[in-house]
Amino acid sequence: MGILNKLDTHIEQFESGNIIITSADKLLNWGRLSSMWQMFFGLACCAIEMMATSASHYDLDRFGIIPRPSPRHIDIILISGTVTLKMATRIKRLWEQMPEPKYCLSMGSCANCGGPYWEHGYHVLKGVDRIIPVDVYVPGCPPRPEALLEGLLKLQEKIRNQSLARKTN
Amino acid sequence: MAEIRTEDMVLNMGPQHPSTHGVLRLQLTLEGEIVIDVKPYIGYLHRCFEKHTEAMTYPQVIPYADRMDYVNAMSNELSYVIAVEKLMGIEVPERVEYIRVIMSELQRLASHLLAIGTYGNDAGAFTPFLYCMATRERVLELFEITCGARLLYNYFWVGGLSHDIPVNFQKKVKEFVEFFKPKVSELNNLLSFNKIFIERTANIGILPADYAINAGAAGPVLRGSGIKFDLRKNDPYSIYPKFDFDIPVGQGLKGTVGDNWDRYMVRIHEMEESIKIIEQAIDNIPEGDVQSQIPKRVKPPVGEVYARTETPKGELGYYIISDGSLNPYRVKARSPSFCNLSLIRALSKGYMIADVVMTLGSLDIVLGCIDR
Repeated sequence: MGILNKLDTHIEQFESGNIIITSADKLLNWGRLSSMWQMFFGLACCAIEMMATSASHYDLDRFGIIPRPSPRHIDIILISGTVTLKMATRIKRLWEQMPEPKYCLSMGSCANCGGPYWEHGYHVLKGVDRIIPVDVYVPGCPPRPEALLEGLLKLQEKIRNQSLARKTN
Repeated sequence: MAEIRTEDMVLNMGPQHPSTHGVLRLQLTLEGEIVIDVKPYIGYLHRCFEKHTEAMTYPQVIPYADRMDYVNAMSNELSYVIAVEKLMGIEVPERVEYIRVIMSELQRLASHLLAIGTYGNDAGAFTPFLYCMATRERVLELFEITCGARLLYNYFWVGGLSHDIPVNFQKKVKEFVEFFKPKVSELNNLLSFNKIFIERTANIGILPADYAINAGAAGPVLRGSGIKFDLRKNDPYSIYPKFDFDIPVGQGLKGTVGDNWDRYMVRIHEMEESIKIIEQAIDNIPEGDVQSQIPKRVKPPVGEVYARTETPKGELGYYIISDGSLNPYRVKARSPSFCNLSLIRALSKGYMIADVVMTLGSLDIVLGCIDR
């Protein structure tokens, strides 16, 4: 029962094996984190590392992360590279076209804070978090594929701890 | 029957599109499936390279040159450092020249592998992409043991290299050469002579030789049209005259000279030639220092210089004006991708909308190099 093992705690299974009881949170989160479809979308240098990560050597498919061309199919947008002012409005629009629940991973120094273009880059947005909310930041210029994988695993961890219930203050 | 009133359709392709190879927007005017006009809109990746250089010292520009054409960073560095060295009149040690040539040719392999892989991907063949990327990882491994970085290296410095090659470098490169040799025929079997691939690329996007010259096309795009022009032979720099290699040109084997398949095939043959150069160079690296005696503060005399090199994409030139201070007064980059992209309109007119993707892929553009 490989799938059930991944659901970890809160599982009750009846003897017939066809009925299991678990919490809605666990089931939903498990579904979301194991099929994070990402946008087929690259901005700059980091996009090449993102391609290298999703290709044969590092293989993102094993995490259920598959590139899709349309923003309406996807769960996670990887901002892989320098966000210029001209591109920023387009990224905002892409973000708004994505269905909920949606997540954003900012890859590389440029997307995090402007990176090497921070001081003199008159046409570079100083961090993509100025236009859309970011869940995970991956530092590096460009980050190694291992670093990107770590960032995606951190995002999975974040999704695993989500809850449908509203938090009481 | 009464005349049916028709209207042209304007379609936007990009800036978020899987086949525009970055953030390029193409405005297509269509008559049904037939493309009657293409207008490229650029500037989505304008990272202010030329303005940056005015605020940086000469060595500080090198990392920014890396980030211009990020799939062949080594060749970008080479072009820039050659320009600065020409301006200062520096002679670099022979060991440096050998290492630079080997690195540039390895980078050419990496760049062409990516170009070919994504080109297959554009045609709908995903498998060649995975094979190419797996081979490319082996090249990046060599760069990694040398300078620690996979993609953007900052390895060529003015007057030399940032540091020497590791002790087992020659052995590793020879292993790689042996590993790479059968890969070309593997790739040919997978993609080049695939019937579907030939149908998609041959006789499409034909670029006549005279048009290519007039438009300032360079690199595999120019050579695909049958013109034997390569700066490594025609305007030699570094120590390229020492090596024996051919310049592959398009021959119209599957269609017309200058079609998409020819441009693609030039890249395949160029990889074989690069392997030839690496094999000749790797055993002859002389002993010595990897940094020539230059002042710590790079301060070229007043003057101007233009230096050009043959990158995997074509002719990359840097025009530098020095006012005698630590910062360049002006650096202008002549990027090959920019000139090649300007051909897209002429090459796509009259073809189907799906052919625009194939033509764009055959030009092998990098938006970092176009927008700078």
